[in-house]
Amino acid sequence: MTLATAKPKRPRPAKRSGPADGRDRRLIDHGAWFLVLPALIPILVLSVGPLLYGIALAFTDAQSGRTEPTRWIGTLNFQDLLHDTLFWESFRIGLLWAVGVTVPQFLLALGLALLLNQPLRLRWLARALAIVPWAMPEVVVGIMWRLVYNPDAGILNETVRDLGLGDGRDWLSGLATALPAVILVGVWAGMPQTTVALLAGLQNTPRELHEAAAMDGAGAWRRFRTVTWPAIRPVALAISALNLIWNFNSFALVYVLTNGGPGGRTRLPMLFAYEEAFRYGQFGYAAAMGCVMVAVISTVLALVLVGRLRRGEGA
Amino acid sequence: MRSSRVARTGQYLALVAYLVFLAFPFLWLVSTAFKPARELGSLHPTWIPRDPTLANFRQAFDEQPLLQAALNSLVAAVGAAVVAVLIATPMAYVMARHRTKLSRMATGWVVVSQAFPFVLVIIPLFLVLKNLRLIDSVPGLVMVYVVWALPFALWMLVGYVRAVPAELEEAAAVDGAGRLRTLVSVTAPLLAPGIVATALFAFVTAWNEFFFALVLLKTPEKQTLPVVLTHFIGAEGVADLGPLAAAAFLATLPSLVVFAVIQRRITGGMLAGAVKN
Repeated sequence: MTLATAKPKRPRPAKRSGPADGRDRRLIDHGAWFLVLPALIPILVLSVGPLLYGIALAFTDAQSGRTEPTRWIGTLNFQDLLHDTLFWESFRIGLLWAVGVTVPQFLLALGLALLLNQPLRLRWLARALAIVPWAMPEVVVGIMWRLVYNPDAGILNETVRDLGLGDGRDWLSGLATALPAVILVGVWAGMPQTTVALLAGLQNTPRELHEAAAMDGAGAWRRFRTVTWPAIRPVALAISALNLIWNFNSFALVYVLTNGGPGGRTRLPMLFAYEEAFRYGQFGYAAAMGCVMVAVISTVLALVLVGRLRRGEGA
Repeated sequence: MRSSRVARTGQYLALVAYLVFLAFPFLWLVSTAFKPARELGSLHPTWIPRDPTLANFRQAFDEQPLLQAALNSLVAAVGAAVVAVLIATPMAYVMARHRTKLSRMATGWVVVSQAFPFVLVIIPLFLVLKNLRLIDSVPGLVMVYVVWALPFALWMLVGYVRAVPAELEEAAAVDGAGRLRTLVSVTAPLLAPGIVATALFAFVTAWNEFFFALVLLKTPEKQTLPVVLTHFIGAEGVADLGPLAAAAFLATLPSLVVFAVIQRRITGGMLAGAVKN
């Protein structure tokens, strides 16, 4: 639902030589306006505009289908939000989910990327298979895993029974198992993309460095730490930050898998805000939730950028 | 020598584990889609259907307006892809060739737009589109998808424009070709594969999109495939497994095919970016 299929964003190289250097002060190069406007106008009208409008709505009592005019109510929505224990519970679940998906996803993807960087026989098959989770609509991913988790006809319980581990259970409805079950799906769905990003970083590692380190008698772990990791760290950092944000904002997967249940155990902030806005019609209140989410995400972004700066990489 | 053989075996074991993890849910989906109701109801499900059947597909089409939904999805995805690429290409060209304040602002927007929680955008959009009477309409959805596809379209296209050497354009200019002529006869042909890849990528993301479609489309006949798929899951979460699997399987095929075609180009673009970094 988010741009889960987009490439990782990386900062531009600081310097670029080109015919236009030194024209920095101008907003845009001479007659190029007509090239830019067709994209710029929709961006302003349908993206930047609504975003600002959304922030403004957070300070109003806007509701759907109400006849009285909408009023400014200052920070009342935010004050209410502060005391909304259900929202903070969903916020906590959102953070748990985002970290719970991003960390294992990164470790698994790193492992797979390292494997795929080796001359192994089944590499092509892994690459081909990796397309499946990446290209699948999130709704289908959710449906597919519901079939896997199905208590009677699902393959997971059948495997559990075959292994003699008991009768299996209804994974998505169990209070204790729902969130881990949903997290596993999140890991599966996002792994290929992370793998490809890391693989791109790995293939950028100079081979000679590896060989030199091996000649000096460095073991596998030491080579990884001193040669491989420094080379892929920028990519790893960028993709992890994006994954954290995308996961925190995710909606479709969990909507299809559990719709927030059981008892709100998997109710991510986006699900909560969606219900508040489009089931109960509380537009202003839901917008305030969106604002809080933006604030948290900006903090994550800022921390990552500060981390980069401190390492002297520039941002 | 010995330890390297052990290491190799370990690597293959790990690879097989990954392959199983990646493949088994999808294989299960396919298997379920072709199972007759009798096998679905059995307490000991089998991997391979004993009597494979197409009945689930027929039932899926009977239960939900799948054909109409697929058509809506197609219109939304093709519309979004075509319009997004048409308006993004000129802007990406300017961003790649001229370092102005605007291109830096646009780059900033590309990054920031990745972080929007969509609730904050969808509520105002819902109100705006409602006032324009574009709610519950596929054209309204296309407008949203275009803007939503623009960040990564710009990102990909800027990369592709950079890959076209500016010297070629300058040489054409020296030979007396006008600005437009240069763009049309020198730049455009070299850019074409990148434009196609970007359009296909935009197509897949729009085809797969769920949240905006869920909020903006209310009438069943107007809904896109992902929204209609959720109707197979009843209110209580009880689903008719066979038709559900069949419909889900069908909905995946177009994006799988398109993605298989462009996957190399996306990976290539990432590699190029990594090298430049």
